[in-house]
Amino acid sequence: MNEIVGAFVSLAGSLFFLLSAVGLLRMPDAFNRMQAGTKATTLGSILFLLGIGIMKPDWLGRMVILIVFIVLTNPVSSNALARAAHAHRKRIGARLEPDALAAEDGGKEAGHAG
Amino acid sequence: MRTVKQRILSFLGLWGVWLLLTAPWNSEEAAAGAVVALLVAALPFSRASPLGDLKLGPRALATLVAYFFVFTKALVLSNLDVAFRVLHPRLPIAPGIVKVKTRLKTPLGRLLLANSITLTPGTITVEMRGEDVFVHWIKVADADPEGATAAIVGGFEKYLEVICG
Amino acid sequence: MAEIVFAAAAGLAVLGLLLSAVRFARGPWAIDRTVALDVMTIIATSLIVAFAVFSGRRIYVDVGMVYGLVGFAGVVAIARYLEGGL
Repeated sequence: MNEIVGAFVSLAGSLFFLLSAVGLLRMPDAFNRMQAGTKATTLGSILFLLGIGIMKPDWLGRMVILIVFIVLTNPVSSNALARAAHAHRKRIGARLEPDALAAEDGGKEAGHAG
Repeated sequence: MRTVKQRILSFLGLWGVWLLLTAPWNSEEAAAGAVVALLVAALPFSRASPLGDLKLGPRALATLVAYFFVFTKALVLSNLDVAFRVLHPRLPIAPGIVKVKTRLKTPLGRLLLANSITLTPGTITVEMRGEDVFVHWIKVADADPEGATAAIVGGFEKYLEVICG
Repeated sequence: MAEIVFAAAAGLAVLGLLLSAVRFARGPWAIDRTVALDVMTIIATSLIVAFAVFSGRRIYVDVGMVYGLVGFAGVVAIARYLEGGL
C-alpha cells in the first residue's frame, strides 16, 4: 500500500519537473524562465522525494533533510540569478514595465560581456 | 558574541540533522551525535548565529506551525499559477520589477521573507536594500509600492513578525 | 504495479532533464544557460535518489545530497560571476 501511494506522489512530482522544463522552453526571457524553473522544480522535488520517503520509510529522515535543503537553497540560487539577469537586462532583451530597480539605480548596467 | 539561547538553538539544529541522518535510531549513535553537537555549539564563534533570531514563546511556536501551512498553500498555488501560465497558448504575462517595503529587521526574518516571496505566485525577489525589496512580478497588477506591498508581502509579514521580528 | 508507476515517474523526470538540456544548448545568453543548469541540477539530484531506489543501495542517497550541495554552490558562483562581483 505504502509503495503504490509513494509511487503516485513521485509521479506527481515528476509532472512538475516536466512543467518546469516546458516553462524553460516557452518563456520569452531569463526572468520568466526563472519563474517557471524555480517554483516548479521546488514543488516537484518536494513531491518526488516525499514519494520516495513514503515508499521507503527507512529513508524518510534523509528525504526530509534533502527537502529542507532544497526549499532553503533553491530560492537563494534563483535570487542570485535574478540579480545577474538584471545586471544584463538590456542585452538579454528582458521586457520589464515598470522597472523600479533600474529607476533606483539611474539606469546603470554592468559593463562586461554576459 | 553568541548568547546562551543561540547556542541552545544551534545545538538543537545540529542534533536534529544528525538524528534525521541516522534515521533508524539507536541510543549509542544518538548520544555520540549529542556530544559532538554540544561541542560544536560550545565553540567560541564570535559571529551571531541567525537561528538566534527565532523567538521561543508559545505564541511564536504556534505561529511557526501556522506559517508552515500558509507557506505550503502558497507554494501549491504558485505552482498551479505557473502551470496555467506555461500551458496557456498565449502566455498571459506582463513582467515588471516593483518595489515593496518590509518591516522585518532581523537577518533570519528577511531570509525567510525573500524565500517565501520567491516561492509564491508569480514573484521572484531580485534585490534587498535596507527596507526596500525589489520583486520581479510576472504579471504586474499594481505598480504602486503600497498596493504591491499589500499584495506580495502582507500575507507573510504578519506571521514572520511574530516568529522572528 | 508500484515499480511501474515509479519507473514512469523517473522516466518523466528524465524527459524534463532532456528538455531543460535543450534550453541549455540553445541559450541564447549565459544567464539562460545558467537558469537551465539550475533546473537540471535539481532534477539530477532527485534522479540520483531515484537511482538509489532502483539499485536498493542507500549510499546513493548521500551521493544525491552532496550533488545538490555542490550544484547549488556552482550555480551561485556562476551567477555571482555573471553579475560581475565574484
